[in-house]
Amino acid sequence: MTGIHRDEMLGLICGGVALALLSLLPLLTEGFYLSFGVNLVLYAALSTAWSLFSGPTRFVSLASAAFFGIGTYSVALWLDALPFVVLIAIAALASAALAALIGAATLRLSGVYFVIFTLGLTELIRQIVSWSQSRFAHKMGLYVFTDFTEGDLYWMLLALTAATFSVGWLINRSRLGFALRIIGDDETVARHVGIATARAKIVLFMISGAFAGIAGAIMAPRYAYIEPQAAFNPMISFMVVIMALLGGTRRLWGPLVGVVPFTVVMELIAARFPNESLIVVGIAFLAIVYVLPSGVTGRIECLRERLRRSLGTGVDAPGCGKIEGRA
Amino acid sequence: MKPALLSVVRMRKAFGGLVAVNDVSFDVSEGELIGLIGPNGSGKTTMLNLISGALRPTSGEIRLGRNQISGLAPERIAKEGIARTFQLVRVLPSMTAIENVIAGTAFVGDRTWGARAHTLAGALLERVGLTGRENAPVSTMTYIDQKRVELARALAADPRLLLLDEWLAGLNPSELLIGIDLIGEISREGRTIIMVEHVMDAIRTLCSRCVVMSSGVKIADGTASNVLADPDVIRAYLGDDDA
Amino acid sequence: MQILVTGTLLGGTYALIALGLTLQYGAARIMNLANGETLVAACFVAFWLFSRLGVNPILGMVIIAPAALVLNWLIYAWLLRPLVRRAKNRGMLEVDSILATFGLLFLFQGLMLLTFGGAYFNYKFLAEPFSILGTPYALNRVVAFVAGVLVSSLLYLFLYHTRQGAAVRAIAVDPASAQLVAIDVSRTAGFSFALGGALTACGGTLLSTFYTFNASMGVLFTMKALIIVIMGGVGDIRGATLAAFILGLSETAVASLIDPGLTLAATYALFILVLLFRPQGILRRGAA
Repeated sequence: MTGIHRDEMLGLICGGVALALLSLLPLLTEGFYLSFGVNLVLYAALSTAWSLFSGPTRFVSLASAAFFGIGTYSVALWLDALPFVVLIAIAALASAALAALIGAATLRLSGVYFVIFTLGLTELIRQIVSWSQSRFAHKMGLYVFTDFTEGDLYWMLLALTAATFSVGWLINRSRLGFALRIIGDDETVARHVGIATARAKIVLFMISGAFAGIAGAIMAPRYAYIEPQAAFNPMISFMVVIMALLGGTRRLWGPLVGVVPFTVVMELIAARFPNESLIVVGIAFLAIVYVLPSGVTGRIECLRERLRRSLGTGVDAPGCGKIEGRA
Repeated sequence: MKPALLSVVRMRKAFGGLVAVNDVSFDVSEGELIGLIGPNGSGKTTMLNLISGALRPTSGEIRLGRNQISGLAPERIAKEGIARTFQLVRVLPSMTAIENVIAGTAFVGDRTWGARAHTLAGALLERVGLTGRENAPVSTMTYIDQKRVELARALAADPRLLLLDEWLAGLNPSELLIGIDLIGEISREGRTIIMVEHVMDAIRTLCSRCVVMSSGVKIADGTASNVLADPDVIRAYLGDDDA
Repeated sequence: MQILVTGTLLGGTYALIALGLTLQYGAARIMNLANGETLVAACFVAFWLFSRLGVNPILGMVIIAPAALVLNWLIYAWLLRPLVRRAKNRGMLEVDSILATFGLLFLFQGLMLLTFGGAYFNYKFLAEPFSILGTPYALNRVVAFVAGVLVSSLLYLFLYHTRQGAAVRAIAVDPASAQLVAIDVSRTAGFSFALGGALTACGGTLLSTFYTFNASMGVLFTMKALIIVIMGGVGDIRGATLAAFILGLSETAVASLIDPGLTLAATYALFILVLLFRPQGILRRGAA
């Protein structure tokens, strides 16, 4: 809230070094490892963007795939007419607009309505896009040919992740971030201290959605041929939720802790046993609820706190994980 | 007589067929500390919720100064200058004491933020007797300390009208004395307060005036000693036989 | 007219599925996103009973419904009750139950995909024309509708004319007060959840007689059931029934008048209208 903390300074330096090291990847390798790297950074961006909104508000959003698809289509539709940078801006604006619509319809109400609304949203948009394509364009897909290499996409996604982080950090320090923490704690109190809760949530959801849309836009050249079935893939939403919650949403970097192992696991399984991958997703959700309710980072912090307290004062610390819930 | 800061005019709230507040009217002048009392279920807390916007009225009007506030959302009413505490204490559990208090000032009035908000919140915590506890997580605090934090949060808004919903309930006798002193002090500084309370000692000590409700209706309105001696009020509390 | 009849017939089955979810969410307070998997599982069991053992699906319900009851009761007792116990407030329980039932959704869907593959299934049961007002309709749809109405009526009788049913309605209104009048809330909630699962399974069995199903369609039906429940007003049995018919009619209308690919859009359009104008449910009076 005031000035820059020593911890934050340390985080900034670590982040900078990590970013520099990671950006070397395309220079060192290509093919499988680079393409895996792209997936990794993509999910890092998406799940960080997700937890910008869902972390503090605890509204489980399943709209990531819808934003992603909108971003992809923004590029595919106007690639020949407009420069790529403009397309990215369009992707961000279109996604933010969609987020505003979803928010206006559901965020005044309880979290359940929001989850349900976003649950079918990707499928809804896919149906509408398919329908309008076959009706008005008489074709199913769109070609996206660009000069971007896999390395370029990797760098763009890495920059996007860094941008998501910076914005997240700025929000956390701002009144908006504080308002959201209050809302997450007690919405009634939030309103009684003068926070327009619905508006705050909508604004944050728009920011989060815009980043997911940009991620979709950047990924568009990779698909070369874009059709609704591939661009609007609901699994993306679920993967993002799992990774973010597995890592923990209390800290900005929490989701990253979940992204790496889960991307590896899914990469290994999805290629060989596509049906089993659903079971893994199911088990991951159950594990989040029953074993790691505040994610890996939450668990670590809790254990550290307990250790510190028992060393310092000898007072019993509250239990970690299971009993506490996602507090 | 000073002009009314708050005017409640024929306020009515019905839940289905149950009329919880039945055409109640009263005024509160600038700087007054009034007690809103009555037996359980008489509609006091409902009345408070109507003033703070937690509930929307069925009919009637509430004005703060010249502005009509009835029917507004709670966040708008907070910005108009009404702050409150809750019957069952509601602190923000994931935050420290000082963050809880900053929450009270960051979104109303001058929207104080940053270093100034920190200083203000620190001073308020000192004020309610929590010196040196700024960075304690509220979830580790005792009930009375949480109540203090909640009061500091309400004061942080620098409200034109402060609503206390049974702020003294659940305190032990020594805590109660401290609590009564604290409210008295705040009142003497000129802050306008409505307190819903069951602790009669506190009402007698603190309130210049009392509004008594029973079954949703206002049955008495006057100085504390007069009102508490009123046969209607005694009947409402104790039943017919003792009147 | 044809739209009206087809839509009503479809609505009958939807009503059954949505009543199941109403019991689970309205009374047991568990937002069960794996509800559709119970439905799909029932479809497969009915299919298996019919094609292997030649059991009439209507009779099959006698086996399927109790099986679903037991299975859902076990799920509640083992997985969901611990969540209810640890939840500090309703919001936390909602997030936890949403995530946990997502887990179940994917787990069951994955298991069914492993067992049956991704192919579409159907079987021929009473696939003969039946004339209503001169127009022919598939007899299986009519039979499914009648059976659905019967099961719903039984539920209605149970809820409004038995002690146990009154207990279910009581915890739907207010679990805390229900406890005060000596209702075992935890047990009643478990029972409501199990009963809800059984109803959904009945809906699935009836659906399988006229609908082509596959292992991964559960989510779509969960979605529809959820929207019906919200339209009807959470916990409102009559509202949910009415909403089911509205949804059945509007889906049929959109599918036959505009494009079958846009049924979900029709569902969402209704959903948005309800959220914007009557979030408390179509039959309920506006409350604060």
